[in-house]
Amino acid sequence: MKFSYYPGCSLDGSGIEYGMSMERTARILGFELEELEDWNCCGATSGHNTDQLLSLALPARNLAIAEKTGMSMMTPCAACYSRHRHAEHVIQHDPEMKKKIEQVLETELQGTSETVSILDILANKIGTEAIAAKVTNPLTTMKAACYYGCLLVRPVEHTGFDDAEDPQTMDKVMKALGADAIEWSHKTECCGAAMVTSRPDVGNPMLYRVLKDAKESGAECIVTACPLCMLNLDMRQAKIEKQFKEKLDLPVYYVTELLAIACGDDPKTVGIEKHFVEAGKYLQIVKVRAAEAKAAAEKAAAEAAAKAKEKAAAAKDKAAAGKTKAPEKAKSEGDIAEPDPKKVEAFKTALTKNPAKMAAKLVADEAQAGILVSILDEKRIGKLADLMATDMELAKTAAAAFVTEELKRQGECQD
Amino acid sequence: MDMAIKLSPATEEQKKLLAKVEKEAGTSVNLCYQCGKCTAGCPAAFAMDYPPRQVIRLLQLGLIDQALQAESIWICASCETCSARCPRGVDIASLMDTMRRQALKQGKADKRVAAFNKAFLSNVKNFGKTFEAGLLLRYNLTTGQLFKDMELGLPMMIRGKVGVLPERIKAREEMKKIFERAEKLGGDE
Repeated sequence: MKFSYYPGCSLDGSGIEYGMSMERTARILGFELEELEDWNCCGATSGHNTDQLLSLALPARNLAIAEKTGMSMMTPCAACYSRHRHAEHVIQHDPEMKKKIEQVLETELQGTSETVSILDILANKIGTEAIAAKVTNPLTTMKAACYYGCLLVRPVEHTGFDDAEDPQTMDKVMKALGADAIEWSHKTECCGAAMVTSRPDVGNPMLYRVLKDAKESGAECIVTACPLCMLNLDMRQAKIEKQFKEKLDLPVYYVTELLAIACGDDPKTVGIEKHFVEAGKYLQIVKVRAAEAKAAAEKAAAEAAAKAKEKAAAAKDKAAAGKTKAPEKAKSEGDIAEPDPKKVEAFKTALTKNPAKMAAKLVADEAQAGILVSILDEKRIGKLADLMATDMELAKTAAAAFVTEELKRQGECQD
Repeated sequence: MDMAIKLSPATEEQKKLLAKVEKEAGTSVNLCYQCGKCTAGCPAAFAMDYPPRQVIRLLQLGLIDQALQAESIWICASCETCSARCPRGVDIASLMDTMRRQALKQGKADKRVAAFNKAFLSNVKNFGKTFEAGLLLRYNLTTGQLFKDMELGLPMMIRGKVGVLPERIKAREEMKKIFERAEKLGGDE
């Protein structure tokens, strides 16, 4: 698989690690990127805010070069993607405007170019199975909010590779990397874009709402595929924390960085240390937790196997001793005495991987379920999993007690 | 916000201008039945004088001059949520875009936004690419906000996120011609 590659201006500057990790991603997954010959800036927002024809001619010059290569053109930046898709749409559907663009460029356009986003390539062209097959260091226990922002999914008629309201391509890729893609409501809300620079009074509250929703939904990091979203979410997070007097502490990653790391790259190779919000530490935490989860799963499997063996041996003994006891009775006694370790382990995994869903099963009230999610640690997960495997009602009582305890503690803090 | 709006029939000139804006935006304001879906989903509506639905209403009433003076068009972040959700298929984001260009032509643009756009496009015209560092410096100088975002400058440099020199493409002469021809052809016919 080979693509024409349009890196865009920010990959030389603020988005430098996006470029680094994009090259690694291509190498790992085995697709080729050939940089578009002498490409120019797409004009971005400034172009379409100033002059319509110019805003179409600038990306169209690149499309004219791209269509000669006969390859689809991949644009990592969401804004570049949007401008080129828009120009493509106009060239294909508006003959009058197409003619004008051709006059400006003094070139004839075939209208055969196809601009694609990295998410489209990863989820649809390469596929999550092929990605999962390359993963050597799965990001198990990573709680990621997949953030699509605006221009990868809107306008619908120019993009169209994913759902505009609840897109899934990045979620699927993150799951293939072993991470937990949390459910949240702001995955396509605007981060404030250029407003954060030109009108912080407007842009900052927009940015804050995205960060806050990710945090409140249980995310421990945000994943993006747009350099401007990254600039806002990462570089300006400290300012937002100060303005809104709230500790957010959410590392932000490019999806390509995490892909390379899950496939064995050292975080330094893809530029993790270039982030503003410290992003290396969380990767270490995930590494430790992933190892623990793996060890626990292996231990549980071994224990279950040993127990099954024991049971089989006991059944054999009983059969040899003759049918003196009712087998049903023996079974029910065993159940009460000790929870099934397989079930406990399953509940533990569910509580770790899908805390919001499991909490909702235990606590009816949504806000209280949210509190339960926020206080779930290893000890509480262990306790709840034990109880859930034996008696759901007891588990519910324990969950309610945890929440009450936490509310009380919070109340004391406020006093 | 001045809620009382004086209704008077639109002049021929205003009607012509509205028709031009609609054509350029590729949409028709009369499709709108004022449900307010655009405003409900707009992430920037909280800061607007006229939220998106009201901007469309102003246009429906022929009050295009008032719409062009609304601060809203400069608060719109072009996130396209309104257009994606409009049940009547009105391309509100495209209208906002067209009105920004119209306001710019009439000299009514938000000065900071206009200054940024000018600096950005001058980069593209001269080098073929944008040069983030030079761009921010020029923007700060022209808007008199010398120390804006200074807290980001040094950490960006340390992290190798600031190019020292602007990158230049080979086809710089061609770029200049594209700008000139677009200006000539894009003008009012």
